[in-house]
Amino acid sequence: MSGVMGLIVKRLGLGLVTLLVVSIIIFGAVEMLPGDLAQQILGQSATEETVAQLREDLGLNRPAFVRYFEWLGGAVQGDFGVSLANNRSVAEQLAPRFANTLFLAGLAAVIAVPLAIGLGVMAALYRNSVFDRVANVVSLGAISSPEFFLGYILIVFLAVQNQVFPAISNVSGDMDFGTRLYRSMLPALTMTLVVTAYMMRMTRAAIINLLASPYIEMARLKGVSRSQVITRHALPNALAPIINVVALNLAYLITGVVLVEVVFVYPGVGQLLVDSVTKRDFPVVQACCLVFAATFILFNLIADVGAILSNPRLRHPK
Amino acid sequence: MADEKSVLLTVKDLRIEGYSDEKWIEIVHGVDLTLHRGEVMGLIGESGAGKSTIGLAAMGFTRDGCRISNGTVEFDGMELTSATRSERRALRGSRIAYVAQSAAASFNPAHKLIDQHTEAPLLHKIDTKDESTKDAIELYRRLRLPNPEEIGFRYPHQVSGGQLQRAMTAMAMACRPDLIIFDEPTTALDVTTQIEVLAAIRDIVDQFNTAALYITHDLAVVAQMADRIKVLLKGDEVEEAETRKMLEDPQEEYTKTLWAVRSFKRKPKPAPKKDETPLVTVRNVSAAYGDTKVLDDVSFDIYRGRTVAVVGESGSGKSTTARCITGLLPPIGGEILFDGKVLPPRYQDRTKDQLRQAQMIYQMADTALNPKKKIGEIIGRPIEFYSGVTGAELKKRVDQLLDQIELEPSLYYHRLPSELSGGQKQRIGIARALAAEPAFIICDEVTSALDQLVAEGILRLLDKLQKDLNLAYMFITHDLATVRSIADEVVVMKEGKVVEQGPKDVMFKPPHHEYTDLLLSSVPEMDPDWLSNLLDERGVDNIGEAANKS
Repeated sequence: MSGVMGLIVKRLGLGLVTLLVVSIIIFGAVEMLPGDLAQQILGQSATEETVAQLREDLGLNRPAFVRYFEWLGGAVQGDFGVSLANNRSVAEQLAPRFANTLFLAGLAAVIAVPLAIGLGVMAALYRNSVFDRVANVVSLGAISSPEFFLGYILIVFLAVQNQVFPAISNVSGDMDFGTRLYRSMLPALTMTLVVTAYMMRMTRAAIINLLASPYIEMARLKGVSRSQVITRHALPNALAPIINVVALNLAYLITGVVLVEVVFVYPGVGQLLVDSVTKRDFPVVQACCLVFAATFILFNLIADVGAILSNPRLRHPK
Repeated sequence: MADEKSVLLTVKDLRIEGYSDEKWIEIVHGVDLTLHRGEVMGLIGESGAGKSTIGLAAMGFTRDGCRISNGTVEFDGMELTSATRSERRALRGSRIAYVAQSAAASFNPAHKLIDQHTEAPLLHKIDTKDESTKDAIELYRRLRLPNPEEIGFRYPHQVSGGQLQRAMTAMAMACRPDLIIFDEPTTALDVTTQIEVLAAIRDIVDQFNTAALYITHDLAVVAQMADRIKVLLKGDEVEEAETRKMLEDPQEEYTKTLWAVRSFKRKPKPAPKKDETPLVTVRNVSAAYGDTKVLDDVSFDIYRGRTVAVVGESGSGKSTTARCITGLLPPIGGEILFDGKVLPPRYQDRTKDQLRQAQMIYQMADTALNPKKKIGEIIGRPIEFYSGVTGAELKKRVDQLLDQIELEPSLYYHRLPSELSGGQKQRIGIARALAAEPAFIICDEVTSALDQLVAEGILRLLDKLQKDLNLAYMFITHDLATVRSIADEVVVMKEGKVVEQGPKDVMFKPPHHEYTDLLLSSVPEMDPDWLSNLLDERGVDNIGEAANKS
């Protein structure tokens, strides 16, 4: 197992380096935004002196790299600074929102992943049948439509015409689990529609790719049934690409959630990000971006490690 | 034992079609076959003869894109062509089992050997998991696998090729089938490993009185294994007879040519002059991949117009030596001399002329030719690269080369590699090497992917070219029959070292180095008693007896 541990540690190190680079890009991008921050906060009527004073208070007169390292040092300890809009700690604002986003993404994942893999296996088993084609067309249709559009369609059918689920997903911390689930259902379904297609098609392709292998023929010649050939013999060997696409889609569920959250007015990080951008609340924007980036890198890492672990050659070296 | 002689499998007028170019084409044209209980029948023929297709059809199975269009396959009273899918499935693995050519590819890499072994017995409800595991260990012991108690609990990649092939035979035996289809089970193995597997298969088939269809293209192998031999050619039966009768007195012309294949023998050349400078000298070369040393102090000479055959099992360092000579793998010690002058170790540092002088021909002509380029372009490219010739001059030169490799220029110039047969592709590989006008060509297992007749044609061509152009060859092979027919000098390698070298005549006469002897004596001969005699000689007791003792 030492070989696998080494690989994981190496991937982890690379992930940290990537995150560092991303943090520089985020900080640099915010730095390059036009306009003076102090001027923005104080508005047009501010005097020269108050602007200069605020610049001094905010430390804006110091060189960018000093401020970057201060920000980074704080971020490492979980301190993302103070919101410009309301003077509250960014971390404090971000934490409950992030929890909400994770809840929504988790719900979508719990529905989407088994559904996608199940459908993918079925599509591989009954390939070129009516089922395969319908599943393909529907999933491609869902993938090709923007998520806000899918969201509105779901609202029309499931909230306006049939009133199954609420159109606005205003969850809060004191709700019980059932209510939360009920209110989050529409955004979760929207996201399920978006991510299922990728995972399903990759599962199908990865399995079909293996069906010409000699060991699949061997299994058939041992009298193994078609469904077991796929689940026992093809699926375990197709895991690496499937794990990859699943992990990337899970990352997307968290980071790509912005539009969906806005459509359903769901109080997640995406919503917070959009609000902060309109308010020019840069510390919050930076923190949100960094959280998204960290999530994305983490899931990529999980994908890599998962793919490594699914390979018996690496798990059980000679 | 009247029961033993009863018929187990009857195939009548079997016709199989394959789907290609949007139409069904018949690939097996009405073959009959009768197999009795406990009998081993050898199916022999070149590639494309339909051996595997017939073997699979005996299980009521066709590969995707194939179908049985006519005829009957009756197994122990049951008609397989009209049986339902689940009826056929019930037979497979339990009463008819299959042993594939490449065990390494046919074991599922995701599961332990034992789980794959017990799959069929569990599926067909013949054994419980525990019983089947115990039985597997017993079979592993009978097949002389090392650590029979433990080997099944490994994954396929943790077990060597020869051991996997035996484990696959054990797996086929798991349900004690009445019939096993062996599809080229030793083709992918080294000669020394092949013997172990052949002996193991023969003894276990004997012990359980299992009937078998033994599919191979190697006559000497089938002579050891089969009671009767059926010769196939392009989906048709040529003839069938008892093994001894078939070997001694083949009736049909085609069979006779098959038997005569190994006859090509070149006249010996006079030894090189004492003071002649070798064209290529490999001097004390050592090489490593990473930290693993793969070549250790290898030295030999190759003279103009002569052929040095480098032989050894896979992993012995033959191809690595070639990589060192061409500069693809810079050696960590020693040097390569060309015409008495030291060559830079890395090909990047060699001059165009130095590169031109040494060319390669590869084993897999399929993958060595760019599938998107026409033959004319493939051969024209090195001419243009090395001599700068273009236009009509280039075309003329390509035509000359096509003439030299005995392919009609006007027919082949504009074709793609995919439109050629394996032997023709290998000829194109030769022409491409010749295009650079080299003095020295490395032939890396150039005939091992080819049928015997085709391979012989290639050898004759190489020999003719050597005479005409005074070429030096380094001929990498594991096939000692090839060595016999074309080599002047032989270098025997094992585990990265040269164990013995010398002129061919000396090398093929005793006394040999122990390892050379092992290699030489492991090459199957046409004599049906060869395997038994050899095993007696080597003192390997019969595997069945060993199992009975334990």
